[in-house]
Amino acid sequence: MNFPAELKYSKDHEWVKFEGDTAIIGISDFAQDALGDVVFVNLPGEGDEVNAGEAFGDVESVKAVSDLVSPVSGTIVAVNEELADAPETLNSDPYGAWIIKVEGVTAQEELLDAAAYEAFCAEEA
Amino acid sequence: MKLIFERSVPGRHLDLLPACDVELIELPAALKREVAPALPEVSESELSRHYTELNKQVHGVNSGFYPLGSCTMKYNPRIDEEMAALPGFANIHPLAPAHTTLGCQEALETTKKYMCEIFGMDDCTFQPAAGAHGEFTGVLLIKQYHDARGEGQQRTKIIVPDSAHGTNPATANMCGYQVVNIASAPDGCVDLEALKAVLGPDTAGLMLTNPNTVGIFDENILEITRLVHEVGGLCYYDGANLNAVMGVVRPGDMGFDCIHSNLHKTFATPHGGGGPGAGAVGCKAHLAAYLPKSALLGGGDSIQVRSFNGNFGVVLKAMTYVMTLGQEGIPEAAKNAVLNANYLQAKIKGTFEPAFDRICMHEFVLDLSKYKKETGVSALDVAKTLIDHGMHPPTIYFPLIVHEALMLEPTETETRETLDWAAEVYRNLYELGFKDPEYMHNAPHSAYIGRPDDVRATRTPVVRWTKA
Repeated sequence: MNFPAELKYSKDHEWVKFEGDTAIIGISDFAQDALGDVVFVNLPGEGDEVNAGEAFGDVESVKAVSDLVSPVSGTIVAVNEELADAPETLNSDPYGAWIIKVEGVTAQEELLDAAAYEAFCAEEA
Repeated sequence: MKLIFERSVPGRHLDLLPACDVELIELPAALKREVAPALPEVSESELSRHYTELNKQVHGVNSGFYPLGSCTMKYNPRIDEEMAALPGFANIHPLAPAHTTLGCQEALETTKKYMCEIFGMDDCTFQPAAGAHGEFTGVLLIKQYHDARGEGQQRTKIIVPDSAHGTNPATANMCGYQVVNIASAPDGCVDLEALKAVLGPDTAGLMLTNPNTVGIFDENILEITRLVHEVGGLCYYDGANLNAVMGVVRPGDMGFDCIHSNLHKTFATPHGGGGPGAGAVGCKAHLAAYLPKSALLGGGDSIQVRSFNGNFGVVLKAMTYVMTLGQEGIPEAAKNAVLNANYLQAKIKGTFEPAFDRICMHEFVLDLSKYKKETGVSALDVAKTLIDHGMHPPTIYFPLIVHEALMLEPTETETRETLDWAAEVYRNLYELGFKDPEYMHNAPHSAYIGRPDDVRATRTPVVRWTKA
């Protein structure tokens, strides 16, 4: 299981990468492994507002449909539309397959660093 | 097996129609299709064999054990089908004048009386076509109630526990409510503190299944409904698990204001395979004015959620089921469903462990997460290996609050011998996971279809036959 040190993680298993004013958000390696093969991603639209702790879309695997919970509040400025046709990249490259980019971040959930998140996952597993 | 299209030979047919004795009228060219549809052309015997072949590949309640948790795949007595097929019922036209359908009206009224008694409600409609439609109707009653009292704007939230069926939050959302999810307590029931924390003047209602989706009867139910009523909210009962309590305890007495019941799962009618179903909705007197009604039977200015009286045939089967079992038989069926589930849970214990180790209701959940870590064998692998043993797998990966869940609901009609045999199979499979996990990863081995590629089937489904 991979936990890149440069990322922050939410307890809902999303990762966040802060680049200047922008928060880039995806799902963690642990999340994709728990979900199993992802077959569909329900993406939000550009310009949508997201709220920390609330769903901004969902992912469907052969097991279940799970909410994508935003770790931050702000405005979506970019959506990775490629995921609509290739949802499997969430499994093969969870940290490369970003889902949304959020700007104007006003609030965020409690975020963990890689070591703390790895410990959190070990507890959940 | 060959598809019906592959059995087809041009020019072969099974009809023996007399020559047409009325003048033939051609459709205008603009309305005609250019190419004839690719319909299969087969003889009657070929057609009969096609369906028999299909039938052989299906596993139903009539072919074997089918403990699909939360679905109540129970045996449906033949007499229910016979009554629904009586020509006086089956051949009636929904637009027939009311004075010619008195028998059908009486059947509807009789069933309504029974359902109100079992639900503990004052009124009932059979309009909704099935479960989720019933939920939708039930929550709309709650919405109408708040609107009529001028509190519609203020009450914007519906509370749903995290163990609920996915249709509950979907229903609340479709009715325009904001869904508030509350985490379950460690015992799988509603966490009273979590509930109190979200209750307030913006609460429209609570949606709850009791017994819940882990097969446990929430002992705090009276306190739960009291708390919701205290803030002015209403309580909606999801009847998915009514089979565990019918005739024993009534949702109305638990404090619920409205309920939907899947007549097709609890009160006969073969369940699964696409219906038709019937999602009867019952309610207390304070909601009765908002119940949808057929305009034909005196409900002139009522709202309808479906045409006429819903799926009338399913209502007839439910009526027959209740009349056949009677006041003693209905609770006895529920008690046997609970007894069978507890018997099976106890027999399997010591191998696959229950997620909540206590007396269950009509179903129980096994938690295979530890087993998966030890053997690499998942709930899916166990389910697929069960197919090789001639029984239907249980529900897997539900409820979501249990990882690697297997959810079993044996139902009331299974014999002790069947349950003993099923427990034996489960115990053997538990051992097999330690010895030969690879075998289980590749199961089923003897079924008509091996392990399908679920991922490819979902991503690139082929659902239509095309001419080669």
